[in-house]
Amino acid sequence: MSLTKDTETVVGAGFRKSKKSWSGWMFMAPFIVVFALVLLAPILYAVYLSLFETRMIGGSQFVGFDNFLRAFKDAQFWDGVLRILKFFAMQVPIMLGLALAAALAIDSSRLKGKNFFRIGIFVPYAVPAVVATLMWGFMFGDRFGLIGNLNEFFNINIPSLLSANLILLAIANIQIWTFTGYNMLIFYSSLRTIPEELYEAAELDGANQWWIIRSIKLPALRGAMVITTVFSIIGSFQLFNEPNVLKGIVPNSITSYFTPNMYAYNLAFSGQQHNYSATIALIMGVLTMVIAYSVQHFGTRKDER
Amino acid sequence: MVLLITYVFLPLFWLIVNSTKTQASLFSSFGLWFSSEFSLIENITTLFAYDDGIFLRWLSNTALYVVVGAGGATLLATFGGYALAKFDFPGRRWVFILILGSLSIPGTALAVPTFLLFSQMGLTNTPWAVILPSLVSPFGLYLIWIYAAESVPTSLLEAARLDGAKEFRIFFTISSRLLAPGLVTVLLFSIVGTWNNYFLPLIMLNDPKWYPLTVGLNQWNAQSSTVGGEPIYHLVITGSLVAIIPIIAVFLYLQKYWQSGLAAGSVKQ
Repeated sequence: MSLTKDTETVVGAGFRKSKKSWSGWMFMAPFIVVFALVLLAPILYAVYLSLFETRMIGGSQFVGFDNFLRAFKDAQFWDGVLRILKFFAMQVPIMLGLALAAALAIDSSRLKGKNFFRIGIFVPYAVPAVVATLMWGFMFGDRFGLIGNLNEFFNINIPSLLSANLILLAIANIQIWTFTGYNMLIFYSSLRTIPEELYEAAELDGANQWWIIRSIKLPALRGAMVITTVFSIIGSFQLFNEPNVLKGIVPNSITSYFTPNMYAYNLAFSGQQHNYSATIALIMGVLTMVIAYSVQHFGTRKDER
Repeated sequence: MVLLITYVFLPLFWLIVNSTKTQASLFSSFGLWFSSEFSLIENITTLFAYDDGIFLRWLSNTALYVVVGAGGATLLATFGGYALAKFDFPGRRWVFILILGSLSIPGTALAVPTFLLFSQMGLTNTPWAVILPSLVSPFGLYLIWIYAAESVPTSLLEAARLDGAKEFRIFFTISSRLLAPGLVTVLLFSIVGTWNNYFLPLIMLNDPKWYPLTVGLNQWNAQSSTVGGEPIYHLVITGSLVAIIPIIAVFLYLQKYWQSGLAAGSVKQ
C-alpha cells in the first residue's frame, strides 16, 4: 500500500534517534478506546455471530461455516452484488469524468469566476442523501414531478426513471449529483500541487494547452485517480440510503435485497436473522477491502509502492 | 461548466420553488416555477407545529449529534493524528496498522453488527448509539497525521520541551494553532457526515423522539404512501429545505479555511 510507505517516510523524518516514551499515549489513548468499542468489537462480534445460528428449538448453536456456505449459494445476495457492479460500471466513469473535466476547467487560466464554480459544484455534497433522494425522487415522479410536466407540455411520453428497470439510472444520477463536486475538489487540489516551473518550462518548449494537460496534468492526477476510485468502490458497495428512501416513494421498484447492504438490513430487522445478516455484512466488508486494495495496488506505479 | 452548474442547482431551485406551494398546488402547478399562491410562511408554521412540534425536536437532536459527535470526532482524530506524527511510543506500529487497515473498512457494512452489539449492551434507542460511532474517524485521523507531519516542526516541540513545557501545554499553545487548517477540514467533513447520517440512526433508534432530521423526514415521506397515512408532501419538501439551510451555511462558512488542509492531506500520494 503506497499510503503506508509514504507516511512512514514523512512520519519517520520527524524523529531523531528514536527514544520511545509513553507520552504519545496521552494523545492516542482516547481515540483507541472508542475505536476499539465501535470498530474492533463489532467486527469480532460479527465474526462470532457468523459462526452460530439461532434455532427455534435449542437456541444459539455453533454451525461453523454454514452461514458462509449459505451466502455463496444465495441468489438474492448475488443479485444485489451484481446490481452493485452494474451500478459501479455506469456511475463511476461518468462521475469521475465530469469531476475531471470540471477540475481541469477550473484549473485552467481561462475560466472566469473560478471560486463560484468550485464551491457551487461542491455544494450538493453537503445535502443529506435523504433530502437529495427526496428531491430527485419527486422531480422524477409522475405525480407532481418534472417528468410529468414535460410529458404533458410536449405531449410526449418519457419513461419514468422510477420504474423497476430504470431505477438504477435514477440512483446513479443522485450519486453523480452528490459526489461530482467532492471528487472534483480532490482532483483540483492535486492539480494545485504541480509546481509552476513545470508549466513555464513547457511553455518555453512551445507546448499547447492540450499537450500540457496530457503530459503534465493527467500524470500528476494519477494518485488522486486511484484515491477517488477507491472511495467510489467503497461508496458503491455501501449503497443503501438512496434505494431505501426511494423505496418509500416507489415501493414496487425496489426489492428488499436490492443491494447487499439493504439485504443485511432487512435480514436483521424484518427477518430477525441476526447471524446470517452479520455473515452478509462480513462478506461485503472483506469483498470491498479486497477490491479496494487491488485497485490501490495495481493503480499505483511500481516505484511508488 | 455552465451546464454542470445548472444541473447542480436545478434540484435546489426546485426545492425552493416547491416549498412555497400548498399541497394542492404542488400537484396542479408547473414544477419549476412559483404558483399563484405564496405559502412558504404558512408551510414553515405548519412544519414546526405538526405532530406536537416534533420537527423542532428532530432539528435539535441533529444539532446535538453534530456538536457532540462531530466535535468529539475532530478532537479525538486531532489528538491521535498528532500522536502518530510527533511521538514515538510503544505499540505505535500496531496502531499504525490498525488505522490504515480500518480506512478501507466500509462503515455501513459494520452498522448491523454494531447495532447487534449495542443492543446487547443496552445502548440502542439512546443518543449514545448515534454519537459513539460518529466519534471515530480514521480518515480524519489520517488527514491530521499527514498534516501534522508536514506543518508542525519537531524542532519547535523540542525547544518547548527544553524550556520545561508539559506536552498538553505544548499542544494547546503551539501545535493546535499550526494544525488549525487541517483541523477545520476534519471538522467540516465530520459535521457534514453527522448532519447527513441516515443509516446509523435508522438502525439504532426506534423512538421518533430521538430521530435526527434525516430519519424523521423520510418517515414523513413514507407516511404519505402508507394506507391510511396522511400525505404531507408540502411538509416533507419544506422540511427538506429547512434541513439543508444550516448545513449549507456552515459549509460555505468553513470552506474558506479547509482548502489548504485538504490539499496537504488526502491527495499526497
